Amino acid sequence: MTNISATDRRDEIARFASAPLVSEASVGDYVALMKPRVMSLVVFTATVGLALAPVHLHPVLAFTAILCIAAGAGAAGALNMWYDADIDRVMTRTAGRPIPRGRIAPGEAAGFGTTLAVGSVVVLGLLVNWAAAALLAFTIFFYVVIYTIWLKRRTPQNIVIGGAAGALPPVIGWMAATGSIGIEPILLFLIIFLWTPPHFWALSLLRADDYARARVPMLPVVSGVQETRRQILLYSGLLIPIGAAPWLMGYAGLLYGVTALAAGAAMAALACRLLLARKAAAAARTAGRMFAFSIFYLFILFAALLIDDRLASLIGRGA
Amino acid sequence: MKSVANVAEKPDRIVLTEAQKRSRRARSIALALVLGALVILFYVVTLIKGPGVLNRPL
Repeated sequence: MTNISATDRRDEIARFASAPLVSEASVGDYVALMKPRVMSLVVFTATVGLALAPVHLHPVLAFTAILCIAAGAGAAGALNMWYDADIDRVMTRTAGRPIPRGRIAPGEAAGFGTTLAVGSVVVLGLLVNWAAAALLAFTIFFYVVIYTIWLKRRTPQNIVIGGAAGALPPVIGWMAATGSIGIEPILLFLIIFLWTPPHFWALSLLRADDYARARVPMLPVVSGVQETRRQILLYSGLLIPIGAAPWLMGYAGLLYGVTALAAGAAMAALACRLLLARKAAAAARTAGRMFAFSIFYLFILFAALLIDDRLASLIGRGA
Repeated sequence: MKSVANVAEKPDRIVLTEAQKRSRRARSIALALVLGALVILFYVVTLIKGPGVLNRPL
């Protein structure tokens, strides 16, 4: 599926060709190019993955690993904005990004993103370990090539499959500490993987017009609002047992188990309300709440996992 | 050969505006800080790892 016409693409190129030869981009524009809000979530989940690992890295090496994972996420964000500049310009939510605003030329963004991607992988490999570096490289590749370039404009399952990229940071954190993989980071991966669709579909319900205008085949655009609500409920329901799995499988304590079950039930209840909402205004309000709550859900689950692990270390559980 | 008047009319180099100079300076400082931080980071990690700095298992 193509997103904009050839004429639009020519206009886009002409607009940048007529841009000033010398960039006026500020440091803030480059920071915005790295999607700092996404980066903060990546840093948080990667930190939890690293902290839960049975091998404890020296604090400087742990800091280096998190820094590299953050830079890798920033690189993926910059390359995503480079490729998606044409649709970002059409969508209200993204029109203020540095490339559509003309603050940074697409070529500058591509160069910045590539340099950051190579730099983050090489530094992680040299200073921490190459297994984590290889997974970071794969994550950037998956987000940029598989999600952004291949799936995003072709299938409504774009964020379901593409969500794997966002789910990998805790696994990279774990691998940075251990150099290998285990069941625990796979569970963290599954939690974020199943969390991504309801999170993004709640947003896409609010921005369906934007996506339709940009001809991005998000679920509400292709299959309609009601089907999207059903899918949100399905994934929210699946998230309850998967969210509780670290406790059920003995990798986390009761504090985490109760938090995961309560937060999962609250998310599923919101999804039910969204499915049953009849009036447009009420449905939009519930979708907004669902989107906001989904961020809180992921934060509280990972925070509970971290606190539970620290408590277990203090009282010597599982020792 | 270009006359003085022609050169004044058609400058053959880019003259930066104040805004461009300011943003370029800010970008240069940010880049210098990042590079300096990387040098310090590599130095500190070398001290931490000692001879093990050459041991990079997969």
